[in-house]
Amino acid sequence: MQKRFLTIWFRYLKTDWLTRRRPALVHTPFVLAAPDHGRMIITAVNIPAQKQGINRDMVLADARAIYPSLQYMEDKQEPSGKLLQTIAAWCIRYSPWVVADPPDGLILDITGCTHLWGGETTYLTSIINRFKLMGYTVRTGIADTIGASWAIARFGKDNFIVETGQQEQALLDLPASALRLSPEIIERLHKLGLRETGSFIHMPRSALRRRFGEELLQRIDQALGNKEEITVPVLQPEPWQERLPCLEPITTRTGIEIALQRLLESLCKRLQLQQKGLRVACFKCYRIDGKTQQIETGTNRGSYKVSHLFKLFELKLDTIEPDLGIELFVLEASKVEDAPATQENLWEGTCGLADIKFSELIDRIEGKIGAGHIHRYLPDEHYWPERSVKPAVTLHEKITMAWNTDRPRPVQLLSIPEPIQVTAPIPDYPPMNFRYKQKLHTVKKADGPERIEAEWWLQEGQHRDYYVVEDAEGQRYWLFRSGHYEEGHEWFIHGFFA
Amino acid sequence: MSAERRNIISQLQRDILSLQGLKRLPADNKFQFGLGPIKDAFPDNCFPIGAVHEFITAGAEDAAATGGFIACLTATLMRNSGVTVWINSSSAIFPPALKAFGIEPDRVIFISGLNQKDSLWVMEETLKCEGLAAVIGEIKDVDFTASRRLQLAVEQSRVTGFIIRQQPRVATINSCVSRWKITSLPAEPEEDLPGIVHPRWNVELLKIRNGKPGAWQVTWAAGHFEFGASPVIILTAEENRKIG
Repeated sequence: MQKRFLTIWFRYLKTDWLTRRRPALVHTPFVLAAPDHGRMIITAVNIPAQKQGINRDMVLADARAIYPSLQYMEDKQEPSGKLLQTIAAWCIRYSPWVVADPPDGLILDITGCTHLWGGETTYLTSIINRFKLMGYTVRTGIADTIGASWAIARFGKDNFIVETGQQEQALLDLPASALRLSPEIIERLHKLGLRETGSFIHMPRSALRRRFGEELLQRIDQALGNKEEITVPVLQPEPWQERLPCLEPITTRTGIEIALQRLLESLCKRLQLQQKGLRVACFKCYRIDGKTQQIETGTNRGSYKVSHLFKLFELKLDTIEPDLGIELFVLEASKVEDAPATQENLWEGTCGLADIKFSELIDRIEGKIGAGHIHRYLPDEHYWPERSVKPAVTLHEKITMAWNTDRPRPVQLLSIPEPIQVTAPIPDYPPMNFRYKQKLHTVKKADGPERIEAEWWLQEGQHRDYYVVEDAEGQRYWLFRSGHYEEGHEWFIHGFFA
Repeated sequence: MSAERRNIISQLQRDILSLQGLKRLPADNKFQFGLGPIKDAFPDNCFPIGAVHEFITAGAEDAAATGGFIACLTATLMRNSGVTVWINSSSAIFPPALKAFGIEPDRVIFISGLNQKDSLWVMEETLKCEGLAAVIGEIKDVDFTASRRLQLAVEQSRVTGFIIRQQPRVATINSCVSRWKITSLPAEPEEDLPGIVHPRWNVELLKIRNGKPGAWQVTWAAGHFEFGASPVIILTAEENRKIG
């Protein structure tokens, strides 16, 4: 299929943006100016100012001489880049492949998009009208190549749609700068009297290369479609994406739910056909005021079950603010994995960690309370009690070593050992009594010591001598002495036995 | 009382049990908890699974003892490669220790750091999930409505739930099938050898629906319960009433 590109040129991007924010300026001639070499140079002009004969790159003082009541604002330089990105993101409703072309243009790959609007003419009219309503004056061009559409948008005279294969004809009458050349090359061309594209486009390539360098040839090739031009879109299109544009802006929860349900159904159908399961999904709502609301969710195991995924999203639907209304819903699966259908039947009914019902439950809990609360532990190759377990990365991670059971371990382990006061016979007998939380416990029975050396390759510190002690009430504790008796030593309580 | 009348009464009692959500277990009950004399306290002489049990603890030591006792019961429930969810709000269970009670610690999912409201939500959701072996929740206060919701969840899914209430403010009335209190007892020395041998608990069954409350001294040794020779204490009717 022949590629088609649309270029949108915002002729008054900055001033239009300012007018949008301050509607009082609509009919007032005003300019933006920035200091340059001690003078104020005009960087942007609005339409009424241009009608007064004021143009870009004029010195502000000269302009005020022409039109004394001219208003001016300092150009902050900032919004243009960000503004263009925002507009590009908004344009996603017209094509999935939108490229920002700084300082004031957008390039859309519209291959296969225009028929949805009933042809290129209506498509173009719709875009221009939408921008007009928003307050932006745009010029557009559609052609087979980015270069040609760029030239048509900026320099075209009457016909802004170039039919397939006609780009060469369309370019002939346009000035040389329509080819996106650097100022030096344009100057050199002008010096030789080559003002229009047609006057040099058919010259021998070797001659052009010798006089003007590779850049000119590259630009000509790009404009004529002999060379592919590589662009990076503002939003990378997801391979697993579903879109649902709405005729009327959606403002109610029911409406959003219906949209989500429909998108999930079509996405899950595709996933199921290819035996894939969704792991991470993002539901985006594009509002009519140009803002985007989105909610994300994830699963622990690839899933293409509509009801389950809907439940996960449902927990977060409250965070979407429809405001004036949502006109486009997009559902993206940014991470998918293989989920063979046969597996489902095999596991249904069992109750292990691999069970679908169980991973769905964990998904729901994670969706509600957030990640970071759910833990599963596996043994780790450390003797230091705090390090003897490690959190498992997934629900399905296999256990690689057996749990160590040759020494007694307390059911409850304090995450940080608490210091206690102890009376203990020297040198390494178990304590006779200890005081913990203002309560004196008399030790009746004791086991130990079990010496655990500090892992010097991980941390510095003294070894621990652990004792299991039982007090008069039969309550069992895990105490340890840090270090040898002779040196500075301290006693701690580290856990409670059952 | 004639034999006929006694039959009618026992039939009615059984009907009431099923109406209260305690379904009769099939004859080939695969869960043998080895609870010995405690079994006599339960209706139908078997530990009620597919129900919510409540445990009351006073301090960290009691919580450890309760955790140990529950782990012993859960180990039986998990025998069929089951998964247990442990919702621990405050205390830190040390997974390797569970192995000593017969649980595979890597098949326990811990959900921690939740507030009371979220804990109840998670508990209800997990109890609804068929196929789980057990759900253990450390929840401070469970009122009647909340416990009723949990009970309705387990009636559908047949999952066994345990609620550990640490230092509850009030012993509120709730719809849990039983109320337990586990405290540590000094271990019985083996032939006057020094050291600590096996965990030993005083298991108090304060309340059991359609059963007989009591107290027992239990030792967990070599993977099963051992019961001391100490006499079984059956609580009097007055004491029962006090507990509510």
